[in-house]
Amino acid sequence: MIRDFEYFAPKTLDEALTLLDKYRDECKVIAGGQSLIILMRQGLVAPKYVIDIKRISELNYISAGKDGVKIGAVTTHRAIEKSPVMKNGLIVLAEMEKRLSYIETRNWGTIGGNLCNANPAGDPAPVLMALNASVKMASVRGERTMAIEDFFVDSHKTALEPGELLIEIQIPPVPPHTGTAYNKFGIIEGHAAIVGVAFSITLQSGDGVCDNVRIALGASATTAIRAKKAEEVLIGKKVTNTLLKKAGETAMAEAKPLSDISASDKYRRELVRVMVARAGNEAFARAKQA
Amino acid sequence: MKKVVKLTVNGQPYELYIKPKTLLIEVLRDHLQLTGAKRGCETGSCGACTVILDGMAVKSCSILAIQADGGEVTTVEGLAKGNELHPLQKAFLDHGAVQCGFCTSGMLMSSKALLDENPNLDKQQIKEGIDGHICRCTGYNSIVRALTDVVKGEYKEVK
Repeated sequence: MIRDFEYFAPKTLDEALTLLDKYRDECKVIAGGQSLIILMRQGLVAPKYVIDIKRISELNYISAGKDGVKIGAVTTHRAIEKSPVMKNGLIVLAEMEKRLSYIETRNWGTIGGNLCNANPAGDPAPVLMALNASVKMASVRGERTMAIEDFFVDSHKTALEPGELLIEIQIPPVPPHTGTAYNKFGIIEGHAAIVGVAFSITLQSGDGVCDNVRIALGASATTAIRAKKAEEVLIGKKVTNTLLKKAGETAMAEAKPLSDISASDKYRRELVRVMVARAGNEAFARAKQA
Repeated sequence: MKKVVKLTVNGQPYELYIKPKTLLIEVLRDHLQLTGAKRGCETGSCGACTVILDGMAVKSCSILAIQADGGEVTTVEGLAKGNELHPLQKAFLDHGAVQCGFCTSGMLMSSKALLDENPNLDKQQIKEGIDGHICRCTGYNSIVRALTDVVKGEYKEVK
């Protein structure tokens, strides 16, 4: 049973920020509500005030320019999945979205809502980390931007201060000779990842040597994390299947997964080992063609 | 504190006076007595509550009715034209795609939204398109067959 609350549907970002500043800890922001409503029904979240930002059109956009792609916080998963902008190195975003929950949920749920829910098994977070994305936040006091890996503080906990709103996701241009991939392991299609691995590798032109790489793991710690030691295994080296397997073993040691009803921590570690190598092979093959 | 919410459901406009916490499924079933959409898992996992909102299939158990204010909703009750069943409904009947019936209205609404978006779905796209729905009679194959025949044009819509 959902507890009664007072509802506001501000029409502009400014109005929303004013309300957020007024109600701070006593309010919850709802966008698509595809996670929040479930938590509210289960009584895990019971806000006195709910501020609905879903219809703030100035937060609903996908724009591509010289400095990369910017996605407004209330853009739906389905809009990202179907956007013509998601090609080449960014195809991984559309591929990730296609495997996030179901069409019905993606039609209504938003990218910003997903990130703010900060579920460690969420699909967008590792992919955005691999793409070196940043998030822009706003409050009545102004705006700030941070790397997405700093945004996640703990399971279901973000760096947002009371009164602050996530407004934009920024993805820098994908460098030449870059390949990206997202590997998701789950028992049932559409369910949360048991482990998710996102990979972005940039090669020095044509010779198969790794210039730069970003590996991010989902459901492998209390937040999505970078596997930085595994990245070090690859940087400056000629990429081979053996080296990617070594990166997988290193990532396995970096992961700090939890045990839950879906899988034990030990099993998740094994998955990280195998899936880092797999996602790496996929991203590497794409990088060679890019 | 109750609020006024305007919805058009199956072409009929309604003005409702409801609490903001009221879910879309509650408005449909409890306020408008449209019991086609079912309350199943109530966590957005089973698909039994699926309706079409402004052209998109959505799970009405996971949407506040107030968030749909001003929207157009189609439920399974809005599929047939008078006594003439919708082609999807006919195909489901012919293929035995309705067993206990609990998942049927959700399956039909998602199928309609899928076909409205892409009338030339292949088998894989059909399967992916209905993966948000659980049929505990496990009658998936007959549902996929029914949809395949509608795509092939074996069931024509009555104009």
